[in-house]
Amino acid sequence: MTTQEQVPLAPGGPGPLPDEVLRAEHISKHFGAVTALRDVTLRLNRGEVLGLIGDNGAGKSTLLKILCGFQQPDGGRILLNGEEVTLKSVMHARSLGIDVVYQDLALVNELSVYHNMFLNREEVRWPLLSNRLMRRIARDHLDEMGVNIPSVNVPVASLSGGQRQAIAVARAVFGNAKVLLLDEPLAAMGAKEVAMIIDLIEDLKRRGDVSIIIIAHNYGQVLEICDRVNLLQHGEITLDKLSQDTSVQELNDIVIAEYRRALDERQRSA
Amino acid sequence: MSGTVESVGEVVGGTGPGGGNGRGSARQLFVSGLGVFARQREATVLVVTVALLLYFGLSNASTFVTQVNAVDLLSEIMAPIAIIAIGEVLLLICGEIDISVGFIYTFAPIVMYVAITDYHVPAALAVILGLLTGVVAGWVNGFIVVTLGVPSFIATIGTGFILYGLALTIMHATPEGVPPSAMSSGKWLGIPGNPWQWAPLAWAVVLVLIFHVVLTRTRWGLYTISAGSNLLGAREAGINVGRIKYGNFMICGFMGALVGVQTAFYTNNVDPSAGGYTPMFYAVIAAVIGGTAMLGGSGTILGAFLGAIVLATLTDGFDIMGISANPLNIIFGGAILVAMIANVQLARLRRAGRSL
Repeated sequence: MTTQEQVPLAPGGPGPLPDEVLRAEHISKHFGAVTALRDVTLRLNRGEVLGLIGDNGAGKSTLLKILCGFQQPDGGRILLNGEEVTLKSVMHARSLGIDVVYQDLALVNELSVYHNMFLNREEVRWPLLSNRLMRRIARDHLDEMGVNIPSVNVPVASLSGGQRQAIAVARAVFGNAKVLLLDEPLAAMGAKEVAMIIDLIEDLKRRGDVSIIIIAHNYGQVLEICDRVNLLQHGEITLDKLSQDTSVQELNDIVIAEYRRALDERQRSA
Repeated sequence: MSGTVESVGEVVGGTGPGGGNGRGSARQLFVSGLGVFARQREATVLVVTVALLLYFGLSNASTFVTQVNAVDLLSEIMAPIAIIAIGEVLLLICGEIDISVGFIYTFAPIVMYVAITDYHVPAALAVILGLLTGVVAGWVNGFIVVTLGVPSFIATIGTGFILYGLALTIMHATPEGVPPSAMSSGKWLGIPGNPWQWAPLAWAVVLVLIFHVVLTRTRWGLYTISAGSNLLGAREAGINVGRIKYGNFMICGFMGALVGVQTAFYTNNVDPSAGGYTPMFYAVIAAVIGGTAMLGGSGTILGAFLGAIVLATLTDGFDIMGISANPLNIIFGGAILVAMIANVQLARLRRAGRSL
């Protein structure tokens, strides 16, 4: 287990700070005998970009699923703008302004960009879709967010990975998300695409009304984009530092130390 | 304003960048009328349809181009395929299939028949009961597939057998005529002689247009495509995918029942050996010829309608040419393959042309 002195900020402080938009306190989650999250306390400030890093199996995905309402925690509580909330479902969390962009993006390849932007909140003049209106709003919104695509009419299948990611993020913001959870937004992307997404996130930061939690593997990218990083190990947050106060080197060292420990344990038991 | 044809491409993803309405893009200016046409999903199958009609029309003008043959081809052969194909297109797009629809076709008129002869239900109500049978059977298919989680291919083979067995048992494997008292209640579904002999064609056209709009211009259509293209994503977006699939099974069941009841009136015969796998296969082939993906996510109802015309033209045309039933199967199978190969290859050319 990683030692406590690596935690410079005590995240489980007495109460929510005024600029805290989201706070998860003492979250735990078990799947049968497996403990995915032991005791996680995490806060997200307004307008902040928080990087959540950690090994495979550290509990990142579980934490994300709990924060977006997909799963319910076994223990602990979630505060949104200082008020305790129970996130019953993804839809419920979304209605409260917490939205998630999964790795698979939840885009429908065969549908046009604007139909994807409006998926499940279409503009309708019953019984017909108001395609023209949706097209115009989608185009305006994407322009405003600086997302560059050839046309909102093209099927999403014809876009690049970065463009698709941008569409998924834009859709969440378009849906009035105030807390945005991004699962590996930069995975499997070329440099140009990464730059495009970083640009998009910078834009969101400037808007100031959207707070973001990013799950990522690449520490360099995380420190580039995020204001603060939290390291999740064995279902607990073991490091909480401002990006400027840590380095790729430090993060790597922690993880390598963990590999060493795991290796030692294996050799001992062998 | 976007026209209907344009939105087909958009919704179903048939058009490429700038296709249809690249609003003022320079490219658009260079796109010839032919180019716009070729971008539409249905274009290739339309070419095949017209070519077949021309071939049979020119080689057998005296028999092919007649009112009698028009009724044969369009009302008797094409309409049943087209109507059932509507249901199969919706199911295929959302990632399912209904193998049992031909047995719903068998069973529905039997329910109507029994209601009239054994339970003295008024004929008009009995017709409606027959049609509702299809909706209920579709719901059962939906329940087994969506709620119980059985793959639709197997689930609907099972329900198909049950319906077939019920049909044979109830009718003691013997066909019966439609009760004469019911004829006036069913003529609007189609009976021989003018004008009602055109009714099946009219039903097919109206239903095709309605469901074309449903698929391309309504939420139901978008969600059907979403369910087949990205099931998990559709769920994550909060779409009730199960409801969509249930609904499409019920629509397909209704279409099967409609064709079954129609055919019973048209042939004045409630036959427990009518229907079966053949109408289902024709409908699925029509859907696929018309550009519906077997793996879900895309397809068009207009395309399936053209596919139904292709199949009906082949059946009817070869029949007129006097080719006997045995070798007809060889020619028919070959023609289906040729139509499909042409369709696939033309689509490939179309994609290549788009990326230039």
